[in-house]
Amino acid sequence: MKQRSLFDIISPIMTGPSSSHTAGALRLGLLAKNIYNMPVKKVKFILYNSFAQTGLGHGTDKALIAGLFGFRVDSENIKNIFTLPQIKNVEYEYEFIQNPDRHPNSVDFIIDGELSMKISGNSIGAGIVEIIKIDDFDVKISGEYNTLLLFYKDKPGMISKVSSLIQAENINIASLECDRNARGRVASMCICLDSELSANILKEIQNINDVYYVRNIKKLED
Amino acid sequence: MEYEINTFDKLLSICKEKNKKIYEIMQEKEAFDFETSVENVREKVYKNILAMKSAIKNGIKSKEKSYSGLCGDDCNKLVERYKNKKAIFGSIFENIIKYSIATMEENLRMNKIVACPTAGSCGIVPAVIVGLSEAIDLDKEEEINALITAGTIGYIVSSKVSMAGAVAGCQAECGVASMMAASAASQIMGANEEQIIQAAALAIKNLLGLTCDPVGGLVEIPCVKRNAFFAVHAITAAELALADIYSKIPPDEVVDAMVQTGQLMSPLLKETSKGGLAYTKSGICISKEIVGKYANGS
Repeated sequence: MKQRSLFDIISPIMTGPSSSHTAGALRLGLLAKNIYNMPVKKVKFILYNSFAQTGLGHGTDKALIAGLFGFRVDSENIKNIFTLPQIKNVEYEYEFIQNPDRHPNSVDFIIDGELSMKISGNSIGAGIVEIIKIDDFDVKISGEYNTLLLFYKDKPGMISKVSSLIQAENINIASLECDRNARGRVASMCICLDSELSANILKEIQNINDVYYVRNIKKLED
Repeated sequence: MEYEINTFDKLLSICKEKNKKIYEIMQEKEAFDFETSVENVREKVYKNILAMKSAIKNGIKSKEKSYSGLCGDDCNKLVERYKNKKAIFGSIFENIIKYSIATMEENLRMNKIVACPTAGSCGIVPAVIVGLSEAIDLDKEEEINALITAGTIGYIVSSKVSMAGAVAGCQAECGVASMMAASAASQIMGANEEQIIQAAALAIKNLLGLTCDPVGGLVEIPCVKRNAFFAVHAITAAELALADIYSKIPPDEVVDAMVQTGQLMSPLLKETSKGGLAYTKSGICISKEIVGKYANGS
């Protein structure tokens, strides 16, 4: 568990009105940006349950797209985000759905650009968030740690290859989770790290045979 | 220093043993836990105070409504009233209720505020600290001491319950903010450590069971006005504690009672907008109007 801080109580400095529906939504957008990590041409946001019911009144729609384009939780631009040049050439749409199987404050980002990707996440309260799914893979990315995300061919020895490269840089692994898509024989790995990986190691991991996709998802700032 | 402070008892005994103020213990703890200096911690706290002050300053000037159109012009009404009338309790009272509503209205306008502890209760601590600071001309260091003291109270409560209306009702939002503001006011008025903790306990003790029943699920009705009420409530708590009028139920047990009350409260009254004010005839009607407004895209 994360070390508790005085600034969990007297922060963040944020754009209102809701820590879960505005700040949390923006942080989900930031994580989606870091995961996709390519120019976004088109995006569809599917808002579920409370996000769908009260999202417009809380600026959830604005906060999601502001995060996806890298604005901070205290940005004065969130309010007027739809008029900003950064998103002028982006096609975006929103859908609002009730689905009791999803978390009350839940969203899917369906992003198109060089690649198509679907990223799902929840805002679980007080600005704390989690990305729970990327395409068909279960993941757990909260933004509290620097996280290494990999998609690779499901075969023996991959975890040890990756972890030994991380170990060589003397970086501690806080947690590691894997999932696998049986049909496509593709697996995913999510590694939370106590410090940031160097560009060199990232390249080496990328160069491992049968690694398809690597992302270094930076820890979210306050 | 490495300190473990999960209860008020523990905090008090550390303060006594080290002969230090609450804020001194907390700033040393924060610096140790996050490998930084006490000066850095205090500067970061001060950044929050500056953000609180600018939210108040901007809020006082505006009467822009929220996206829903439900709220946003109440502070302006107070400003108008006090142009040629005095508040019953005088200018400090005037400013405290004005500042709490100004901050909450900045929040609903999607402007910048400090969540303290949450966005829905962001008006209470700033109103009390800034209101008193202006009245008795506090310096920067004293403002920082007050906000760290407030934060310490929230820190201890949050080790037992999440700061979320969905978990423990408004007790955990405006309630905790009122505890924090009571402790900050006591610190400002020169209270000893026991009085500071007692002020916090008295504040929460007298709002147990506070529901979270926002109309239409928005942080507007009753949240905006509620911040004014519990900012003033905090001053009552501080005044009693400063006179050594203590809670007969010890502070840690009062917090336990708050947590248990939160557990016993129906989910209908915990941020689901399915009970209380949200579920009155008018509450439902307003909620439907908002949904209709969204559907029309206006």
